[in-house]
Formats: sequence, structure tokens, C-alpha cells
Amino acid sequence: MNKRNLFRSQGFTNAVSSISAICVGLLFGLVILFVSNSSQALQGLGIILKGGFSARARGVGQSLYYATPIIMTGLSIGFASKTGLFNIGASGQFIVGAFVAIFIGVKLQLPESLAWSHWIIALLCSMIAGGLWALIPGLFKAYLNVNEVISSIMMNYIGMYGVNYFVKLYVYDSLKALSQNVAETAVIPKWGLDHIFFNMTGNYKDTATINAGFYIAIAAAIVIYIVLNKTVFGYELKACGYNRFASKFAGINEKRSIVLSMVIAGMLSGLGGGLLYLCGANGRRIKVVDVIAPEGFNGIPVALLGLSNPIGIIFAALFVAHITMGGEYLQQLNYVPEIIDIIIAIIIYFSAFSLLLRNVISKLFRDRHVELVSDTGPAGKPGRFAGASAGLNDGVEKEDK
Amino acid sequence: MSYIIEMIGITKQFPGIIANDDITLQLKKGEIHALLGENGAGKSTLMSVLFGLYRPEKGIIKKNGEEISIKDPNDANRLGIGMVHQHFKLVHNFTVLQNIILGVETTKHGFLKMDKARKRVMDLSDKYGLKVDPDALISDITVGMQQRVEILKMLYRENEILIFDEPTAVLTPQEIEELMKIMRELVKEGKSILFITHKLNEIKQVADRCTVLRKGKCVGTINVAETSKDTMSEMMVGRKVKFSVEKTDAVPGEPVFEVKNLTVASRHGTKKPVKNVSFTVRKGEIVCIAGIDGNGQSELVYALTGLMPVEDGKILLNGKDVTHLSIRERNIEGMSHIPEDRHKDGLVLDYSLAENLVLKKYFMQEFQNNGFIKFPAVFKYSDMLIDRYDIRAGQGSSAIVRSMSGGNQQKAIVAREIDYNPEILIAVQPTRGLDVGAIEYIHKKLIEQRDDGKAVLLVSLELDEVMNLSDRILVIYEGEIVADLDPKKATIQELGLYMSGSKRSEAV
Ligand SMILES: Nc1ncnc2c1ncn2[C@@H]1O[C@H](COP(=O)(O)OP(=O)(O)OP(=O)(O)O)[C@@H](O)[C@H]1O
Ligand SMILES: [Mg+2]
Repeated sequence: MNKRNLFRSQGFTNAVSSISAICVGLLFGLVILFVSNSSQALQGLGIILKGGFSARARGVGQSLYYATPIIMTGLSIGFASKTGLFNIGASGQFIVGAFVAIFIGVKLQLPESLAWSHWIIALLCSMIAGGLWALIPGLFKAYLNVNEVISSIMMNYIGMYGVNYFVKLYVYDSLKALSQNVAETAVIPKWGLDHIFFNMTGNYKDTATINAGFYIAIAAAIVIYIVLNKTVFGYELKACGYNRFASKFAGINEKRSIVLSMVIAGMLSGLGGGLLYLCGANGRRIKVVDVIAPEGFNGIPVALLGLSNPIGIIFAALFVAHITMGGEYLQQLNYVPEIIDIIIAIIIYFSAFSLLLRNVISKLFRDRHVELVSDTGPAGKPGRFAGASAGLNDGVEKEDK
Repeated sequence: MSYIIEMIGITKQFPGIIANDDITLQLKKGEIHALLGENGAGKSTLMSVLFGLYRPEKGIIKKNGEEISIKDPNDANRLGIGMVHQHFKLVHNFTVLQNIILGVETTKHGFLKMDKARKRVMDLSDKYGLKVDPDALISDITVGMQQRVEILKMLYRENEILIFDEPTAVLTPQEIEELMKIMRELVKEGKSILFITHKLNEIKQVADRCTVLRKGKCVGTINVAETSKDTMSEMMVGRKVKFSVEKTDAVPGEPVFEVKNLTVASRHGTKKPVKNVSFTVRKGEIVCIAGIDGNGQSELVYALTGLMPVEDGKILLNGKDVTHLSIRERNIEGMSHIPEDRHKDGLVLDYSLAENLVLKKYFMQEFQNNGFIKFPAVFKYSDMLIDRYDIRAGQGSSAIVRSMSGGNQQKAIVAREIDYNPEILIAVQPTRGLDVGAIEYIHKKLIEQRDDGKAVLLVSLELDEVMNLSDRILVIYEGEIVADLDPKKATIQELGLYMSGSKRSEAV
């Protein structure tokens, strides 16, 4: 391929649009930094951009640890959107998966010879739990035509309250007001990552929480990429997402496809829950508070920024985790924690949002038809994210017949 | 003579194709100017340029001799240019009136003033005989009525240059007559019309001049009165086209497809759209179901192909009962279907052409290996069909179907379904929106299929096609088969009587 082709290629166009969206987001973040504390704004932006690097190798490891679950929820939402569904229920599936993983991690007693499989069993169960949680909205959508957004939101609440209840009932550490530590055998192994992501303070080795879960998330992205683009199964799911009627016409069981899409999306989110919580002493625990898991919602900007492409989603999640870590270090300056949250949220959401305006922007540059072919599909169809802009550009779509 | 609109040297490129190559089109005030060209010749593109949907790379547009710039449809509207798209741009859960005034609402202090608008709409509707019910929802009215709404929209905006992109492809013969009358009325008022159609008869009937495009280039502009249909089609395709179909007498064999006392329940109301229908299609014959649109044809086909459940009765394919089989199972038994609505049922518009061409075969050994699609095989197959059926798209097999011209989308479906080599091919309006050359080819393929000992069930609203192609005609009226005719003996008049329900043969 020559250079010209590279610049005209779809991947390149998409990467450029995502990166410019991020720049727009950062710009807005800077504005807020200035508004709240103008003297330290530039320094603040520097800290945000440095992200986990502020704390050297351990910080980076921590960023990757936070990236892991949002890779999974991003994949979940991106996968669903490719198949024509909006999985806003990632939070519920995530937290249910998390609970099941912790429950098994704490309670399951395995004979010595099988102890090695403890964390694997816990992860598999988290996947199944997430899948089952998504099965319900999937069935409702396929057989009763109930919008999956509404039923998934309800499932989010049921999931959150249910998990809070069951955590307190079964795996509660009332001293710390957190879920209990899982057994040693249920902690996902490090697979060498502890030799990279640590800081030495004197003789003390301060290791990041990151573990093989990160590898698993990357592998999941690759699997999803292959399923969507190379297999008969993916072909069917995408066809149903693009046009339910034509899929039925072609003899595809479109109801089954809808249910399966939802279940797979749920499994991805559920696995995300397992990956985040099956960790050693310095990792995350479930706090019993009435808040819907933010990892699920953060999957939305991740999927948007990654244009629902599994590989794009990995990078988008890394970015979001990086910026979030940056926010934590921002506390060194005179910024109130709430403001920091706002700043980080603004950067992330504006980045995603400006992607929606992609076609409007490209219109300004009078380069319309190139966009036309690359992302089509009416709003509400797949590529809702990848091509969300198409809706704005309705009139320019192919008019004919 | 001065021109109201001149498009000079228009060039518009898409990836892989020059859709318009230095085209010049001049529209006189008060004329009906037809635009003729093969599928994919660039007609819709040229009109979209005039309507501000595409920016051309080269060329200028003049109105009344002055150069103008049209950046978007709002500009076009301001300049008095209106367009009726082939696929209407109406809001389905809005009423007729709301659709007409959308974007040009009259308001007072931010509140809608509907009364004034309603009065103007009703006046326009009376004046041009465009009967509509202003309070009906778009989703409840027929395609013909929707088109009237689109026309009213242009009139309401006082557009004086009206573009019609293949308006007649979706209309019944009666509605076409009406539309022609309205168009004549409009030019009498001093409006100017650009009219795209593939039907030479229509051009002969209403157009004054006609510009012919071929492969993105302008072949010339002719006076319709002085030019024969043959010349026009030759200009457009570059060779002579036969309008009548050459075929030998059918030699029907065994029955392939038997329908016994089929009844279909309605989706909404209580009236059954298909009542107690029985017929047989034999090997080596083309049987046509003729009738006025809305007499149960769609439901009958939906039931036969499995898209809609059967209430009562039996469907046999090669002696096997397929009444309750799934669509996939029916296909495998040897059924294939060219659907009525190509965008809804026929195509996944956001898939590539290759992916669409294997829509019914992707799961077969030929195209998959342990669940993985063999893309090289898919592309090879797709290239073969593209070549054989002359499907034109800028980027060949990898073109996204949404970007293809309407006629080429249709060709893709026809190619896929005929190449399936079915025992029974159920073809609904297979040549809708195709150019004369393509129609000739598709008709030839259908006859080949028949001569090969396969059966074809054709559903068509076009009487010419019905008379030319079929070996037997079944007339459907209000969900019942009312006649079984031999096209060689029956006349068009007789057919018309059966179709309108004024005659009924006792034999059936
Ligand atoms: N948005 C688009 N992106 C890419 N290619 C396009 C686009 N619109 C049209 N084309 C290509 O330009 C060519 C001309 O298309 P156009 O729709 O103008 O044909 P047409 O003359 O209207 O044909 P038909 O009679 O089939 O409607 C086609 O080959 C089509 O594939
Ligand atoms: Mg066209």
C-alpha cells in the first residue's frame, strides 16, 4: 500500500477523528480548569495528561488495572451497538458479574489439587451471571418488542440493590464496610506483570494491582473482533442489527440473534466485573452504596471513542483510564475533589460527544461523500456510535429507492 | 430562448466512479424535461447536485442566466427548487398537514398557526386535484397518497422548478395517469419540471425534451416529439433493445408448487387479505398473479415465503408440505423470492455488495469453513454475479449497497435470487426501477429459468410485463383468485374487467 492509500484508508480516518475528538475534550477540560482555578490551570492540565505516569511504573500499572473493566464494558456496549442494540445495562451486568466472582472467590472450597482453577471458575461464573442478567432484556426485546434501553435500566437498579443486599448477607466485611477479600487462590495471577509495574521505596516493593486480567481483556477484544468480522455468526448478528427484516427474509432466526447479542454483551460486562474485583489486597472491593456501577457508564464513551471497533476500544479505554488516574493526582493542586470529577467527566464526555459531531465538522470541510460511504445507517441502527453522525446527515444519505 | 436552469459542465466523483462527467443540462421555463439513462448512469446524482445534496467538483449552475451557488437543500428551496425523492422523505408519525409545513411553519410568538397553513394546503389541494386528508397519519396512507403529499410540499413552498426522481416506479397504472395529468397542469402554470423515468411511454406522453445520460456522460438532448422510442433507447444503452419478449410455447411438466385453500389472517383488521386461494405452478411455466395493488398480493406472497403465518390451507413444494417450515427450510427446499420492498426485505443496505449477494448462501459449505466465512470465495462469487448481471457500483464487490443506484440495488437482488437456481422463483415486480436494457436481460433470464424446467410465480402490476412474460395469468381480486387466463387468448380489456372485479369466471 502506498502512502496515499494509507491516508485515505478508513482506519486512518477513524483514528484521526477519534484523536481530534479527544483534543476537543481536553480543550473543554482546560476551560473548566481555568474557571475554577486559573493560576494552576496549565499545570493541572499537565498533570491530567501525565496520568498514571506521575507515579511512575506503579501508576501506569494502576491505570492499566482501571482500564481493564472499562475495556470489557466498552466491548460490551460496542458489540451490542454493532448488532443494533444499545446496551445501557452494562452496569447491572458488570456488578452482578462482580458479585458472583467475589462470592465464589470467598466461598468456594476446592481440594488442593484443583485450587489452581479457583479464579478461572470464578471468572467463568461472572461471565455467566452477566450473560443471564442481559438475557432478560434480550428476551423482552426479541419476543415482546420491549425497548432494551428501558428494560436494561431497570435491570441496572435491580442489579445494584440486589448485589448490595447479597454482599451484606454473604460476603461482607463489616469492619471496612466493603466486600470481603477473596481467597488467595481466587486472585487472578500476575503473569509477570508484577516485575514491570512496581515502584521501589527503599527496600519496599510497591506493586500495582494490575494482573493477568488485563491480558484477558485484550484477548476478549481480539476474540470479539474475529467473531464480528470473520465468522458466520458475526455476519448474522450484524445483519440483524442493520436490518431485521432482511435478515428474517434471508432465513436468519432474527429473534435468536437478538437474544444472543444481548447475552454476549452481558457476558463481556460480567467478565469485566470479575476481572476488576478478583484482585489482591490493594485492589477494589464492592462498597455497599446506592450508586450504579460507573464502569458500565464509562463503557459508553469508550465504545463511542473506539467507534465500536474492538481494537479501537482498547485504546479508548486506556485513554479514559489514563485521564481518570490523572484526575487523582490533580489533588496535589488546589482543586476540590468534586471539581476534579467534573473536569475528568467533561474531558471524557466531550471527547465522545464531539465524535457525534464528526459529520458536521467534516461538512465544514466540504468533504462529504467520503463520510457518506464510511458511515451510514439511520440513527437507532447499528453503528449508532460509529455512525451516530449519519443521523445528523440524513439528507445526504443515498436517496434513491 | 432563455433557460430557467442551466447546469453546465457538472462533474461529480464518488470513490471508484465518475458519476457525472462534464454534464450539461438546460431546462426551459414551462417545459417537462425528461432525464433518461441506464441504471447507474448518474441521473439521481445530477439531480441531487441541483438540489444541494452533493457539491460537484466542477461545473456551474445558472438560474435565469445568472450563476448561483447551491450549498444545501435550504439554498435550493430559496431558489425555488423542489425535489420528490424516489423514497419519500416524510415523517411517518406526523400528519399530512404537519409534514407539508415542516420547516416553513407559520408562527406567532413561537406558537404554530395551523389554521392559516391548513387553509393554504387545502386550497392547493383543490386547485391541483391532489386529494389528501390533512389529518391522516403518513403511516396510514398509500404510497400514491404519500407522493401527493410530497408534491404538495413543493407547491406549498412555491417552488417553481420541480424535480421528480422516478416517481412512477412505485405507482399503479391508474396513479401514473393521474400524476401525468398533474404534471401537465403544473407546467401550464409556468412551472418547470425535471422528470426521471425508465419508461419510454411516459416520456412520450408528457415530456417536451429529453436529456440522455450514459455512464456518467451526456449523450445529448432531443425533442421528444421528433424521436422514436427505439432511437431513445438506443441512445441510452448504446445498442438496439427489443421490447417484446421472445419465447417459445411453454411445455409444462409436473406440478412443483401447489397451494391449496390458503387463507391468511390480517395483521390488523378482521378482513382476511387472502381467502381460500388454490393454484398450481408446474415445471417449465411462468404463472403470473395479476391484480390491482392492494388486493392481497403482498400477503399471499408473504404467506407463501414464510414471512407471515398461514391461517388455513396447505403449501406443497415438490410434493412436500412446507406450510409450516421456516424461511430457511423453504429456501433449502428450493424456494427463492424477489421481494416487493427491496430496502426493507431485500437488502442489508449497510453491508457490501458481496455480503448481500451471499445473503442466502453464506452458511453453505461453499462459503464457510468451521464457522468462518471464506471471504475470498465470497468475493469471487460476487465478482462473477456482478459481471454476469452487469451490476454497476463504484467499488465493485466492496461497494456499500446503500451507495449504489436504485436500479443496481434491484439487479443485485434479482441476481442473487435467480442464481439460487430455485425450483420455484417467486418474483414480485422483479424489474421495478430497471432500465430497458436490464429489463430485457432479466426477462430473458426468467424465460431461461422456465425453459430449464423450473417454475416461476410472477407478481406484477405492469400489464405489459404480465402479457409478455407469462404462460398463464391468475387474476386476484379482494384476496380471491377470480380468473385463470391464457395470455394468448385474453385481451388487456378482459384482464382489466377481471381485475376491477366486474367479471368473474365460474371455472375457478
Ligand atoms: N453516495 C454515493 N457514494 C458512492 N457512490 C455513489 C453514491 N451515490 C451514487 N454513487 C454511484 O454513482 C453512480 C450513479 O448513481 P445514480 O444513483 O446517480 O444512478 P441513477 O442514474 O440514478 O441510476 P438508477 O436508474 O439505477 O436510479 C452509481 O454507480 C453509484 O454507485
Ligand atoms: Mg436513481
